[in-house]
Amino acid sequence: MKKVEIITRSFKLDEIKENLTKLGIKGMTVTEVKGFGRQKGYKEVYRGSEYQVDFLPKIKIEIVIEDSLLEDVLKNVQDTARTGKIGDGKIFIIPVENVVRIRTGETGEKAI
Amino acid sequence: MNQADTTFILISTALVLFMTPGLALFYGGMTRTKNVLNTIMQSFVCLGVITVIWILWGYSLSFGKDIGGLIGGLDFIGLKQVGFQPSKYAPTIPHLAFMLFQCMFAIITPALITGAFAERMKFSAFLLFIILWSTFVYCPLCHWVWGGGWMGKMGALDFAGGAVVHISSGSAALATVLAIGKRNGFGKRSFLPHNLPMTLTGAAILWFGWFGFNAGSALAINQIAVNAFITTHIAAATAALSWLLIEWRYHGKPTTLGLASGAVAGLVAITPAAGFVGPISALFIGLIAGVLCFYGVILKSKLGYDDALDVVGIHGLGGVWGALATGLFASKIINPNGANGLFFGNPSQLWIQFVSIVATCLFSFLISYIILKFINALLGLRVNNEDEETGLDLSEHSENAYQFI
Repeated sequence: MKKVEIITRSFKLDEIKENLTKLGIKGMTVTEVKGFGRQKGYKEVYRGSEYQVDFLPKIKIEIVIEDSLLEDVLKNVQDTARTGKIGDGKIFIIPVENVVRIRTGETGEKAI
Repeated sequence: MNQADTTFILISTALVLFMTPGLALFYGGMTRTKNVLNTIMQSFVCLGVITVIWILWGYSLSFGKDIGGLIGGLDFIGLKQVGFQPSKYAPTIPHLAFMLFQCMFAIITPALITGAFAERMKFSAFLLFIILWSTFVYCPLCHWVWGGGWMGKMGALDFAGGAVVHISSGSAALATVLAIGKRNGFGKRSFLPHNLPMTLTGAAILWFGWFGFNAGSALAINQIAVNAFITTHIAAATAALSWLLIEWRYHGKPTTLGLASGAVAGLVAITPAAGFVGPISALFIGLIAGVLCFYGVILKSKLGYDDALDVVGIHGLGGVWGALATGLFASKIINPNGANGLFFGNPSQLWIQFVSIVATCLFSFLISYIILKFINALLGLRVNNEDEETGLDLSEHSENAYQFI
């Protein structure tokens, strides 16, 4: 099993969710996050003073999937989230040791 | 000059002024986090822009010497001849006080339209729009109804601006929605209100300020002012309740946004009628307004146009109902200077009201649409896609309403 963490542009969330659901992904966790990478920040102005803001708002999507789905998921997310400009974000893939469904006590892939 | 009347009008003027920031909060709470400042600003900036227009030429075009029943002359331009001597419009208060009271109406009317095109219009295009709209739509309409123009002469009853303020802004809202198009993702994504307590605060300020709007429109502290004060309150109360109840039936739960929307719908509907109808009539006008506007807002999703904050459903439809209701419920017992409506034996008043509604809708819609097409060719109406996704607070104003890190 793999955990896939996608950090990308906020407005892509709906599309990504829709396309992942079509692949059979049954659940996800979404967080509004701030951070920076190569994309430079922006300026805010308050009473004439400029403030450089380095942390840009992004969305983080976390899903846990069976290994067999990984390739499809990665391709799907990249196709959906890519705009070609700096700031499209990153995908992190992390191995998962086990999963437990609290209600039933099921473990492993059954519990995803 | 009557000192009591003047005091009353100055206080009413301040009350109506307060409605515009109230509207800013009412609308601001309903938008998304990233657009709240832009939405608030579109209402708030009218206080600046329209005041200048009003003083320089707006007041004169509205209330100057009548030219053919269509527009006021230039005799009051730059407030020339507008001083402490009372005018024919309000014989007991200084002309300047009347001018400023009317200024507040001119300010809030374009602000009402902003709810329709919220979250997607360029600020520069917006500024040009309210300047042109105020000059070419509001001023002529105001003249037609209150400044000695054809609509007032025809006998149309509009106590505090059902046609001038609400039907006109509702029709213009429809024009802007058609001209500017839907928000990105409309129909696919949910656009949820980000701060309903803010919206409720705004609704409370509107209800409070509306006493100045309607009672002040008597232009003197007399029985008609008291009547308008009371009918205003009753209609707001009953519309808030009827919206709440029908929503409860329809969706299974009563909501705070429904309560606030109902109150505003009731206030809109009673506006043209406030000084012409009695308290029990106001009760029915409010009850029907809440139900009618509730369905009006649902109609939006059926027709598929993106009137972001329901200006057409609430101000357009509520205004039309109010103008018709004036033709039904008006009574000379309440206001001897008014007329009797259908229920008091004068069916012709309903026809006059109907004509005034159709004329206002067509005029405001058409001129608004032409103005928008012109601005679109000149500046472009919409922000680009990327700016719309970023949010207008940052892309148009370099500000954020809420800071987390």
